[in-house]
Amino acid sequence: METYDIVIVGGGPAGLAAAIAAKRAGTERLLILERDSELGGILNQCIHNGFGLHTFGEELTGPEYAERYIRQVRELEIPCLLNTMVLDISPDRVLTVAGRDGGLRQIAARAVILAMGCRERPRGALNIPGYRPAGIYSAGTAQRLVNMEGYMPGREVVILGSGDIGLIMARRMSLEGAHVKLVAEVLPYSGGLKRNISQCLDDFGIPLKLSHTVVDIDGRERLRGVTLAEVDENRRPIPGTEEYIPCDTLLLSVGLLPENELSASAGVALDSVTGGPVVTESLLTSVPGVFACGNVLHVHDLVDYVSEEAARAGENAADYVRQGEQPEEANVRLAGKKGVRYTVPQLLDVRHMPEQLTVRFRVGQPYRDVTLCVWFNETCFRRIRKRVMAPGEMEQFLLRRADLPDDLHTITFTVEEDAK
Amino acid sequence: MTTRTLTCIGCPLGCTLHVSLEDGRVVSVTGNTCKKGDDYARKECVHPARTVTGTVRISGGRLPVCSVKTAQEVPKEKIFEVAAAFARLEAVAPVSIGDVLLHDVAGTGADVIATRNVAQKTA
Repeated sequence: METYDIVIVGGGPAGLAAAIAAKRAGTERLLILERDSELGGILNQCIHNGFGLHTFGEELTGPEYAERYIRQVRELEIPCLLNTMVLDISPDRVLTVAGRDGGLRQIAARAVILAMGCRERPRGALNIPGYRPAGIYSAGTAQRLVNMEGYMPGREVVILGSGDIGLIMARRMSLEGAHVKLVAEVLPYSGGLKRNISQCLDDFGIPLKLSHTVVDIDGRERLRGVTLAEVDENRRPIPGTEEYIPCDTLLLSVGLLPENELSASAGVALDSVTGGPVVTESLLTSVPGVFACGNVLHVHDLVDYVSEEAARAGENAADYVRQGEQPEEANVRLAGKKGVRYTVPQLLDVRHMPEQLTVRFRVGQPYRDVTLCVWFNETCFRRIRKRVMAPGEMEQFLLRRADLPDDLHTITFTVEEDAK
Repeated sequence: MTTRTLTCIGCPLGCTLHVSLEDGRVVSVTGNTCKKGDDYARKECVHPARTVTGTVRISGGRLPVCSVKTAQEVPKEKIFEVAAAFARLEAVAPVSIGDVLLHDVAGTGADVIATRNVAQKTA
């Protein structure tokens, strides 16, 4: 069987940065497996600008950001198999792959880096009643059609969900001549970036209807219209508020789900909140030699953070290959409580951690003027005043090894609201 | 004297900015928490500008379209004219990132440059 030191599953931003870092850390036999016909992943269809401000100090479009990493992969002569789908990963790291060129075969890896990304939550997950006519797309599908395949999905558009992809597509469809009638958001706030609300909706006079959702779909062959209704605080439609909006296209931008079928086949333990693997500070999953990074681990807002996280996964996988399995004892648990939904990593081996470790987390609702508390066991270690926190903005905290007490078993993050 | 209300895009705080204008000049900005808000309000009220991104048709390429952007920001009111110019443009493969596909789009002084590589279609 073909054997590699590290096999990277996915050639998007996470896989590329992981491969580059692993190669630079001295790993010889690397392989990137990518199911699409080119490297770059979702960045190839994200043709708007704003990528790379943290990494490169300039605003790039998605394909330009990807190209900077693809070039390094080529310069470092890291082999890639394109048009190649990984069908299974076994717990002992044998990958079953299929592709037009290589056929069906098995590849063994001393370490695997999971970098499969995420996919969009589909209509089926929303339980919108009505027929299933043509004209209903996830926002990302429409993005690919318009930006890479040169097709316009429709002319009269309603967008459900105010995630960033939906906002970006509102602008994109408008520039291509479509009439975007409105963006409906079931929550009383948008999960999208302020900049996107301003530059994708306000610039084009597109209304954002908060606390509204689609309650019915009209049309048999092709979408003819949707019924919009206001919802109460429990997200239930309020009778009497229904409004019929004629349209031929409905785009759904209602969340992203890490794509972990392969992780599950390898026996990787998943976190029920993130939908991604439970990992240690090394980004090591519950299966020895299997690492995870990028949107397959947890959904990020900024690709810059994906690249940085993935580079750490690559370095740690390189260490793993060089040193073999280390008796790691990740006996400190990290968790979010009281407003903090999750943390990544979830486990920590203090002896193995670097001097400083970035812990990332998200809150479950928008907050203003609150205190973020970091607890070591039952003691509050740090209180940080926060003017604003929002579910759409990933937070981070820099953990210093020197600060950690000897008897540490739990690190907890909480949001404390001021007494009124 | 006119006033405008904007939401600052500088950070997640999203301050509501109140801008007073006289003869098209900014007299005062209030509601901001930091200098970013002041800078944004002054630019946005006097010379709002955007980088426009889009696609152009490409012949003989592996893809039917190639993504493009304006090399600099263009005045906001020119966005649709720039988009219309993208729609009229047709490039020929191969195209590389950074290739100039059109000079001075819609009289803005900004060039249209390719933001991806499109290889020639192989038979």
